[in-house]
Amino acid sequence: MQYAISILLSGVSLGGQYALIAIGYTMVYGILRLINFAHGDVFMVAGLMMVYLTASLPLAAAIPLVLVLTVLLGFVIERAAYKPLREAPRMSVMISAIGVSYLLQNLATYITGGLPQMYPEIPGISKTITIAGAPTKVVTVVTPVLVLVLVLALTQLIHHTKVGMAMRAVAKDFETAQLMGIRINAVISVTFVVGSFLAGVGSVLYFTNYQSIVPLSGSLPGLRAFVAAVFGGIGSIPGAVVGAFIIGLSESIIKGSNWSIFSDAFTFALLIIILVVKPTGLFGEKVTDKV
Amino acid sequence: MKKFFAMLLTLALVLSLAACGGGSGGSGDSGSGSGDSSQAPADSGSGSGDSSQAPADSGSSSGDKVVRIGVFEPATGDSGAGGKQEMLGMQYGNKETPTVEIGGETYNVELVYADNASSADKAPTAASQLVSQDVSLVLGTYGSSSAIAGGPIFGEAGLAAIGVTCTNPGVTAGNDYYFRICFLDPFQGTVLANFASEKFSAKKAYLLGELGNDYDQGLLNYFKQAFETVGGQCVVDSFPTNTSDFSTYLNKAVAEGADVIFCPVSIAYSTQIVKLAASMGLETPILGSDTLDSNKVLDAAKGSGVKLYVSTFYQEGGSPDFDSGIKAWLNEDSTAMTNNGGDDTIAAVTAMGYDAYYVALEALKAAGSTDKAAVKAALPALTYTGVSGDIAFDATGDAIRDTAYIKTADNAAGAWTLETVQTVK
Amino acid sequence: MKQTSKKSTWMTLLFVAALLAVVVILENVLDPNKNIMVFTALKKGAVYALVAVSMNLLNGFTGLFSLGQAGFMLLGAYTYAIMTIPAAQRDAVYYIYNGSAINFSLPELFGGGPVGLVLGVIAALILGGCVAAVVAWLIGLPVLRLKSDYLAIATLGFGEIIRAVFQWDKLGPVTNGANALKSFPTFSNFNIQNAGGETVLRLSTFMAFLLAGVCIAVIVLLINSTYGRAFKAIRDDEVAAEAMGINLSRHKRLAFVISSFFAGVGGGMFAMFANQAQAKTFTTAMTYEILLIVVIGGIGSVSGSCIAAFLYVAASEWWLRFLDAETFIGGVKVPLLRNGFRMVVFSVVIMIVVLFFRKGIMGDKELPDRFNRRRKEGAAK
Repeated sequence: MQYAISILLSGVSLGGQYALIAIGYTMVYGILRLINFAHGDVFMVAGLMMVYLTASLPLAAAIPLVLVLTVLLGFVIERAAYKPLREAPRMSVMISAIGVSYLLQNLATYITGGLPQMYPEIPGISKTITIAGAPTKVVTVVTPVLVLVLVLALTQLIHHTKVGMAMRAVAKDFETAQLMGIRINAVISVTFVVGSFLAGVGSVLYFTNYQSIVPLSGSLPGLRAFVAAVFGGIGSIPGAVVGAFIIGLSESIIKGSNWSIFSDAFTFALLIIILVVKPTGLFGEKVTDKV
Repeated sequence: MKKFFAMLLTLALVLSLAACGGGSGGSGDSGSGSGDSSQAPADSGSGSGDSSQAPADSGSSSGDKVVRIGVFEPATGDSGAGGKQEMLGMQYGNKETPTVEIGGETYNVELVYADNASSADKAPTAASQLVSQDVSLVLGTYGSSSAIAGGPIFGEAGLAAIGVTCTNPGVTAGNDYYFRICFLDPFQGTVLANFASEKFSAKKAYLLGELGNDYDQGLLNYFKQAFETVGGQCVVDSFPTNTSDFSTYLNKAVAEGADVIFCPVSIAYSTQIVKLAASMGLETPILGSDTLDSNKVLDAAKGSGVKLYVSTFYQEGGSPDFDSGIKAWLNEDSTAMTNNGGDDTIAAVTAMGYDAYYVALEALKAAGSTDKAAVKAALPALTYTGVSGDIAFDATGDAIRDTAYIKTADNAAGAWTLETVQTVK
Repeated sequence: MKQTSKKSTWMTLLFVAALLAVVVILENVLDPNKNIMVFTALKKGAVYALVAVSMNLLNGFTGLFSLGQAGFMLLGAYTYAIMTIPAAQRDAVYYIYNGSAINFSLPELFGGGPVGLVLGVIAALILGGCVAAVVAWLIGLPVLRLKSDYLAIATLGFGEIIRAVFQWDKLGPVTNGANALKSFPTFSNFNIQNAGGETVLRLSTFMAFLLAGVCIAVIVLLINSTYGRAFKAIRDDEVAAEAMGINLSRHKRLAFVISSFFAGVGGGMFAMFANQAQAKTFTTAMTYEILLIVVIGGIGSVSGSCIAAFLYVAASEWWLRFLDAETFIGGVKVPLLRNGFRMVVFSVVIMIVVLFFRKGIMGDKELPDRFNRRRKEGAAK
């Protein structure tokens, strides 16, 4: 019983963290039709920045600064690596994303020297508590709540503000939106800012739980979160959240079973099955090809 | 547009010509890291006499002769941290003894580095780089799969390599040119299994390793065999590469009622596992292999109640001179300190790197020449007493070793203390 | 196009023959130890060229965005290794599993000696390709219905699944679990030795070039055939292609299977290059590397992929190596140079290529076109 609860807890907290990354993927994909491979690495860089900043700054100053810098990083990546390729074929943009991811990883290796870095303890959420006999950190409980709050705020933003409306318009039809006078580049920047902000928050939660950071730390959560986004129907924010929790839970359950070797493989198998059965994911909209 | 393409194409052609032409001009492009002395021999033939002569005229400013030792270690990739600590030992050795008497003449020793990026697909080029730079022998590498990938290249070039901490049996088996100074996985797995059953009277062990990592899986296998022969029971589990959530695995160990947890994983994973165990307040002792003997892991355990035991090659205090010397060096050289993970705790791999450097010097002395064939011929009969114990090679080129140190983490002081010295007949 | 095609075919053949001759001569004239970097880079370049061309066939010529290349290479590498490890070495290689479940090796089956070696290696490579092709056919049944990015992510997933299966210790007696497969014939085995064990004729790099060359030639023939034109039609406009009577699913599957076949052969050659086969080498990072080669060379250009493969390998693993070493010029330490800097510079170079030279080295043209200086109208698409 205690074991079952501990599996459930770790599944929920993983799901919450994946959700925060997955939203970034799904929003960018919804607007640009781009798999932003660098998103997982932005998440990793946010973690590393925290390590280096807390070395010289108090935590209360470091956290907001990290979030600001992460947002800035996301913004700069979009402007430098994706914007020049707006008219290029989709494959070029995707390759540019792979290039950015490669660059961030190599840069992180260069700066850290490849040594694992220890994420600082954050008072309040690093504490260990016991739920029904299963020990866990406070952050495990905080994560799903925070995810819900952020997602609610985000849906408010998308449905009830001007920027949100512009975003939806751009996602629906890029060119028409442009013709209607929407400043496409500004909208895309906002998307990246929001996505990076969530990745920054996600990194605080994730690395508080799993404290050591290596240059490849972002790649696996990034890939899983992307799978979650596809699973939930890419472009849909509730879909990404639901998908993330399903992926997180099923990963945790598989790890807890005797088939733990295949926990990664299972995630992908699930993805392929859902893609084949329902190619647009759980909540995705049906897209018809125009000739 | 057309002009641009023409230009690019010309550039491409020039570059590819340079690739071929670079050959006839000596490997100048690749040699810059080490003083470019490989340019001198150019096409003067493949005779070994030339190669020992050549570096002399382009060596360091003092005009002394130079002998080159290749360092085939990862500085990046998953084993980067371990590789750097191993290199520290060699660098310190080189600092301590920068010259060697070969055949009555004094040679300056120069370390030539090639980063194999901890990956089997980059290892052959790194190995080739060392071959092209006229080294007399090679030290390394941390991580057996890179050693297996690079081994045949050394073998083909007739260059001897001394494995420092690559414990997989496959490194030396079937390769006459690979030697090693550390113990092997079968030995280490058995030692730890015996330790588990003797010290904790453990009946059930939970074994955790990285999926697809030959080092982890090999040790798990040997631990399992040895533990089952002493009447224990094992639950074996593997996690995919880049995992950072180990809570489910540790909870599983608790749920299975394991008496010990054995996780011979790389430094990045072990810090996660130990940190997590610390925050969970895990009572079960954690056993680790030589990779866990790292100050990063020690840091992770500091101040917690985690019972951590690791088997290793060297225990601090084994050679006070070496300890104090290297600590003084680490404290004054900030780069070395960073590479050691930020403090001056001595990793066993560093001690092994140090011993390997001296074994290399001994081999050069015994060979009486810097010729790689002579060095190779001198190695099998070589004996040396290093800080980590006596070193001699058996018929396959493996070190004859029957002792492993088992250390435990003193979490209050943040230091290792010697638990026991374990031997297997 | 028609008039010059014959001429350019001859030109190409002549060029390839000259290249092979140069390789043999260089290999035997230059000191093998001092110039080993050249030959290692050339061998790896040849292997990557083949794999890049096979990926280009799919991504560049058929417009199917697949990221499963590393998975198919893994299949080829393992098949090759399992089929060629000498029976006597099997116990040592499979030491954890007390010997292998398969106890024959193709070179020995073909009678050993030089003839057995050549036949066995070629048969094993082809077999590796076939295994990859069969798996690709099975995967293709469900997956090829997906569109662009979804296809990419699904094939990427398959690559990961294949890797996990090969690392599974229950299959150890066949795949050697997590341990590397080794001791099989590599390119160096093709160096001809005399009775005294001295190498008299070096053919290892030549062998890599020959194998890669033959495979690439087959791919080129395919691209220039009716099938190739159908593939390009699908790439340019699926709906129009279908309207023209091209069977979409059949052609897509064909392209996928053929591309995987050559990726499998390339995987076997990669094992020959790396002297070992281990599942953990064949990661998505490897697929990305190959994809970058394809892009740098120019999507839709075979000769571009080949040139880019050599440039990529040489630059990343050879020419830029000096960036990793701390260097002193006139007693002053050059700033920034230390381990890891090479890869940072290299990734910056890649970003520059991707951003500013979008079409890559060759665009979608081939090398002979450039020599002919023929400008084709509407070449952009």
